[in-house]
Amino acid sequence: MKKKKQSRIILEILGIILALIWLSPFYLMIVNSFKTKREMFEDTLKLPNVFSFENYTVAFERLDFLKTLFNSVLITVLAVTVIIIFSSMAAYALSRRGGKTSGIIFMLFVAAMLIPFQSVMIPLVSIFGKLELLNRGGLIFMYLGFGASLSIFLYHGTLSGIPKSLDEAATIDGANRFQIFWHIIFPMLKPVSVTVAILNIIWIWNDYLLPSLVINQQGMETIPLKMFFFFGEYTKQWHLALAGLTIAIIPVIIIYFFLQKQIIKGVSEGSVK
Amino acid sequence: MRNRNLWYWLFLAPALTALAMVVLLPLAYGVYYSFTDWNGIKTPSFVGLEHYKALFYEEEFRNALWFTTKFTIVSVFLINFFGLSLALLVTQKFRTNNILRTIFFMPNLIGGLILGFIWQFIFTKVFASVGELIGVEALEGWLSTETTGFWAMAILMSWQMAGYIMVIYISFLEGVPQELLEAAEIDGANSFQRFYHVTFPLVMPAFTVSLFLTLSNSFKLYDQNLSLTGGGPYNSTQMVAMEIFKTAFVENAMAFAQAKAVIFFLIVAAISLTQVYINKKREVEM
Repeated sequence: MKKKKQSRIILEILGIILALIWLSPFYLMIVNSFKTKREMFEDTLKLPNVFSFENYTVAFERLDFLKTLFNSVLITVLAVTVIIIFSSMAAYALSRRGGKTSGIIFMLFVAAMLIPFQSVMIPLVSIFGKLELLNRGGLIFMYLGFGASLSIFLYHGTLSGIPKSLDEAATIDGANRFQIFWHIIFPMLKPVSVTVAILNIIWIWNDYLLPSLVINQQGMETIPLKMFFFFGEYTKQWHLALAGLTIAIIPVIIIYFFLQKQIIKGVSEGSVK
Repeated sequence: MRNRNLWYWLFLAPALTALAMVVLLPLAYGVYYSFTDWNGIKTPSFVGLEHYKALFYEEEFRNALWFTTKFTIVSVFLINFFGLSLALLVTQKFRTNNILRTIFFMPNLIGGLILGFIWQFIFTKVFASVGELIGVEALEGWLSTETTGFWAMAILMSWQMAGYIMVIYISFLEGVPQELLEAAEIDGANSFQRFYHVTFPLVMPAFTVSLFLTLSNSFKLYDQNLSLTGGGPYNSTQMVAMEIFKTAFVENAMAFAQAKAVIFFLIVAAISLTQVYINKKREVEM
């Protein structure tokens, strides 16, 4: 028994060492973001002589950070809301009516997950260009198209576990389909909606390629997009680049700190189903 | 009858329209364009298999395909090795369990583009500093050769994705019934035997999911490739996704790029379907 306890302590120490290794890139980024260009040239490992926020002021301004953050929040919130509303409705229709048509449509959504973005990227830009939809509205519509598959798949799984007799009882009481869905079914889907929201937020918040193709107006850039331009400008000035990178990930880390349990649970449920 | 179905189509319409406009229609157009001389502007005329023949002789595409394949094999192995190891570690009864999980998962919340930039700093600046400190010259210029660039990407991907895969393995490991493990222990099985004969077959479905995710993520990698090495030096670390993007939007060879994109789709679909099929056959039922 004692031996078992000993090996557990050794394993736990191993885990802690690994965790420190895992954190080291963030540590190196933060420590060096406070140095001057010259100081960083001397040694990247030691702590800075003075913690100066000068790099941060410059990066914050050049990233136009509040505006960029707002753009990211706006697009993510709108896209995820649209995905939740329309995917849950579609999944409800597919699971309640069933039949051959529903089977085919459901398979279509699932099969679309296998299609890599690069295979549709070129015609997508061309089609949306002709429709004059290469803007934020078009981007949100695209996120619905790409996000619906997994979301419908997740909703569909849960919906098949909710008895149809519930719908029938409501019909007898005189409710129509919209009322049944919004007042009875949708509230029951809340746990899946949380999972769907988490998975889509992570993906959309961090997406670079799609916004880079769709949003070409200045002042509308999301964080990854702005970061790409910013980095290009300061390739040789790591002290500024690192301050910019740190600013860009701070919102994510703050949110993760508060919601870590839900996020990890959401990801695990989303990928296991 | 028509009226009874109205709600059905109304509920489906938004998601289905979006899927059609964003995925199905572009895919169909894409396949069609790949047989034409379309350049993004003019009306396309049919050229048959010309682009497909040409792309087999194009060295840049072949190199990208080969580099991507090598990278995928190595990173799938590493990510799953680390992912499963971390999962086994943090399902022990530690006090620090939750914080460890939180830390290992953290990189997945930050976009690939930003992670690539962070590691670009580590591989170019920090590695050089460490190399100078301990007198190992090999640590300098990590992103300036194909081999070290390859390993740089493999390290970045393992660090990023191991935590994600860990979460998947954890949920299956926690589903292994304790009585089974205890029964095996009473029967005299050592910890390796318990893992190999009891735990391993029961977490087999986790392999299906995580192999699927790591395979397709590694094969389709773009952001990390773009921000870490940018494909350099001399396109030697350029992966397929990036090569297609460049052919289309830098060289403006739209139809040719689309032919590459169709081949890319066929490869991704073939790999994913084969892998899921093989794994499904090997899973055991509880």
